[in-house]
Amino acid sequence: MTIEKDATRTLTVPPDARRTPRPYDRTRKPLISYGHWWWALPAIVLVIGVHYVANLTGGFFAFTNWTGLGDWDFIGLDNFVRIFSDPTLLGSVWNTLFLAFGSVILTNILGLGYALAINRTLKTRYILRTLLFMPVVLSPLAVAYVWKFIFQFNGPLNGVLSAIGLESLQKVWLADPTWSIWAILLTVVWQQTGFVMVIYLAGLASVPVELEEAAALDGAGIFKRFWHVTVPGIRPSIAIATTLGIIQGLRIFDQILALTGGGPAGATETLATQVYKQAFSLGQFGFGSALALVLTVLILIFAILQQYATRDRDAVGRKA
Amino acid sequence: MREVLIWIVTLVGLLPFYFLIATAFKTDQETLTTSAIAPPQSLDFSAFVSVLTATGRNSIPMSILNSVIITAGAIAGLVLLGSVAAYVITRRTRTWTNLTFYLVLIAIILPAQLGTVPLYIGARSVGLTGNAIGMILLWIGILLPLSVFLYASFFRGLTTEYEEAAVIDGATPTQAFFRVVLPLMAPATGTVAILAGLIVWNDFFNSLIFLGGSTTQTLPVAMYTYVGGLVSAWNKIFAVVIISMIPILLFYMFAQKRFIQGFAGGLKG
Repeated sequence: MTIEKDATRTLTVPPDARRTPRPYDRTRKPLISYGHWWWALPAIVLVIGVHYVANLTGGFFAFTNWTGLGDWDFIGLDNFVRIFSDPTLLGSVWNTLFLAFGSVILTNILGLGYALAINRTLKTRYILRTLLFMPVVLSPLAVAYVWKFIFQFNGPLNGVLSAIGLESLQKVWLADPTWSIWAILLTVVWQQTGFVMVIYLAGLASVPVELEEAAALDGAGIFKRFWHVTVPGIRPSIAIATTLGIIQGLRIFDQILALTGGGPAGATETLATQVYKQAFSLGQFGFGSALALVLTVLILIFAILQQYATRDRDAVGRKA
Repeated sequence: MREVLIWIVTLVGLLPFYFLIATAFKTDQETLTTSAIAPPQSLDFSAFVSVLTATGRNSIPMSILNSVIITAGAIAGLVLLGSVAAYVITRRTRTWTNLTFYLVLIAIILPAQLGTVPLYIGARSVGLTGNAIGMILLWIGILLPLSVFLYASFFRGLTTEYEEAAVIDGATPTQAFFRVVLPLMAPATGTVAILAGLIVWNDFFNSLIFLGGSTTQTLPVAMYTYVGGLVSAWNKIFAVVIISMIPILLFYMFAQKRFIQGFAGGLKG
């Protein structure tokens, strides 16, 4: 068979001369089976058991007065009425929200500021990033003990205040009902800022330099460039950093147990510490579950918001 | 100039580490009498010695061993169960695999707090509280959605040609997966191991509930009970804190790039 040189004419090969394979037979068993179906079984059983069954059971306990042993009664919404009428417990709801939002606002301002400061031009930015990320990997409990030392009466914080002549501001920070929650907030912010910074560094890497240069040539000042070029470019990072931060913040537990144990006089109790105390120290499983349900609803609201905000998350992350 | 300024800010931010190290090397007497900011007069290791030789439930070396066993067990389970489940879910396209994927996705969003009480009661009734096996199983259950999700996203990006070639060369599906596909998945395994390892190693809440009061303690729980008994012996407290930080910091130095990437790219809920 010769192929004609005239490219305008189509060449037809007779069917019996074709060497193409026969059309794929769809009814046949596929040539290759990718693993066995039962490989997924242990995972499915564990996920259903640990996540679905446990959460549903916990949700049911929330409406009972079970103490962990013996009989229980279905008491409807009584547990929730108790939570929202007890000042200490209601306070713990507010403390939970205060720590979650406070830590998100502070870590995002500091983390973004730091990411902008070390982005691109600095020679030592990789060392700085490594150092700043270090607190993130440490256990929150260990970090809390370091800060407990800083906040004690003979500690460095009061030492600095006395050195700059502000003795009047010295106090026992962790025993002061007004200041103890701020001390916890500072501890959390110190540990989490590096994490937020890394998210923003990844986001900033995706903002094209040319765009900023073009804006600069057009006469945009540094603030205008930040607001109109950088911020739209890192919007996905903002969504991830804030929602993850709130979800993390709502769960704060270790730092409180190490720093104040919930005191003074319940000033630093959160839902997480109350769940632990009511359910596991006092054995009020039903009531503890009700507190856990309140916390769960709060977390779920922000988790769903996060899913919504980060649907096109492929644009961000991946490259740090 | 700007660089110097940023370095000053960074070093001020890292001052807590200075207090930590300076205080841990002070003698008992020095801790009480010298200023909190002052450096130690000489390197004194007595605080470390007394911490490492404490016995019973507060034994720090024993708790490190427990933490290693529980963390390693959980990672092994998460890699094995997570990878095979994700493989079947992503490679086979049936209704049930889609449903399973959504089951896993929703479980990532579900917070664990509400399930803690029933899980504790369930584990207590079958004797899985207060021992490493129960703790490992609990962690595998809690973190499996994360593991399956991460593996699934990596499998989606891997062409099927490798395992097809292996099967054509005569490998069974099991061989194709464990000898060809899983070794190719080293970046996914690394991400799962680092994220899960960090969560399990640093966890205090679950360990406190499921291991509290038993002789099997993880490092954070042992640290909490031990420090609770030292009123203001800050040199000893900081010796425990430093010992607890060493393993994770060593690991971080060794794999810091992967750590940071894993966090920026993989973490989700």
